[in-house]
Amino acid sequence: MNDVLINSVAVLAGLGFAVGAMLVAASRIFKIDSNPLIDEVAELLPGANCGGCGFAGCAACAEAIVESGAPINSCPVGGFDTAKEIGALMGQEVTESEPEYPFVRCNGGKSCVTLFDYEGVDGCKAALMLCDSRKGCTYGCLGLGTCVRACQFDALSMGEDGFPHVNKNLCTSCGNCIAACPNEILTFAPDSEKVHVLCRSHDKGKQVKAVCENGCIGCKKCEKECPADAIKVTDFLAEIDQEKCTGCGACAAVCPQGIIEVR
Amino acid sequence: MVEKALFTIMLEGVFVKNFLLIQFLGLCSFVGVTKDVKSATGMSGAVVFVLAMSATVSFALFNFVLVPLKLEFLRTIAFIVVIAALVQLVEFIVRKHVPALYRSLGIYLPLITTNCAVLGAVLLNVMNDYNFIQSVTFGVAAGLGYTVAMLMMAGIRERSNIVNVPKAVGRGVTYAFFVATIMSMSFVNFFGVIPLE
Repeated sequence: MNDVLINSVAVLAGLGFAVGAMLVAASRIFKIDSNPLIDEVAELLPGANCGGCGFAGCAACAEAIVESGAPINSCPVGGFDTAKEIGALMGQEVTESEPEYPFVRCNGGKSCVTLFDYEGVDGCKAALMLCDSRKGCTYGCLGLGTCVRACQFDALSMGEDGFPHVNKNLCTSCGNCIAACPNEILTFAPDSEKVHVLCRSHDKGKQVKAVCENGCIGCKKCEKECPADAIKVTDFLAEIDQEKCTGCGACAAVCPQGIIEVR
Repeated sequence: MVEKALFTIMLEGVFVKNFLLIQFLGLCSFVGVTKDVKSATGMSGAVVFVLAMSATVSFALFNFVLVPLKLEFLRTIAFIVVIAALVQLVEFIVRKHVPALYRSLGIYLPLITTNCAVLGAVLLNVMNDYNFIQSVTFGVAAGLGYTVAMLMMAGIRERSNIVNVPKAVGRGVTYAFFVATIMSMSFVNFFGVIPLE
């Protein structure tokens, strides 16, 4: 009986010792020689792995910042605060840049004719591939919420009016929604850009009026009214040169369709 | 008892006694790591490696240490120690050479330690009195069977993301359970391949 007891303990202890020694040796052999700075920078990054920086994830972004000289403000999610902390770690100065948020450039929604109920694969991209939009307008927001699902931070929600709404408190400017939209409805716009045209349609005025109450008909009233010469109508769509725009709002006042927004 | 041919052991491990679909061992990773084919492949590779290695080492341990000392009752704990060490070794290797895979496997890599498919295979080796070659063959076959089931599951789940799944079936894990049921039932048909002794 005693033999069994002693043998058991001896065998298990021996096994544990042998295995432990093997693992110590293995951890020496497979040691990772990484720059400790990479881990420190990775610690400072948000860790959401959203890909907004263009790298494969936060760890890859940290590596790029340390090893291959990517800018220290590469992370749009962390913003200025994160860039400042990384800058302190890397010994670099960082200047503040204005935060940009996704912005919906369509005003059709419920006022744009819906041709039929779409019940196919869920998502704007699929609907667009199958039937060139379910709306009368092929340029506008389809309202199927591909951008909402692309957002990892719950910053987008599909409103009653059929548009995605951006919650700026949650938005991290990662740009995933902008990349997800097949109709390029969303774009980045800083809050300092006051005046926006809420339409993307290049159709002629008559066509636009037939399908949408809130579409640009290309009447050029805004173009004539603008004192700063900042607004141009090209291919039946008004576009604003944000460099020249003073935010006076004269264009919005004359727009017969009411699609120029002044924030 | 007539010695089983290696081919029979191979068939048993891969199809007839498929660990995931027939014996229901190691189901954690079957649902957890089958969201895409790439990580399922990596996981399967790791499991095949661990199975083959642990079949080898545990055979030696059992027959050259435990049996002579009449300590067969210690086999479960001894095998667990061996498996845990091997998993740790695999983790070192994967982290060093395939960091992307290491991140995508996440917690499931260390969980191979407690993956009952691995312990099941080595214990079955002992229970069936397999010799060395048979043990290793059964270990590899069990790993291959695991791979087959994992890859099928991952392929189906990957495609299910872009098709309309009936609402009653649901998405995500619910859907995975339905698929697993159907796959398991179809694997039962392999029972006829090897005549019962």
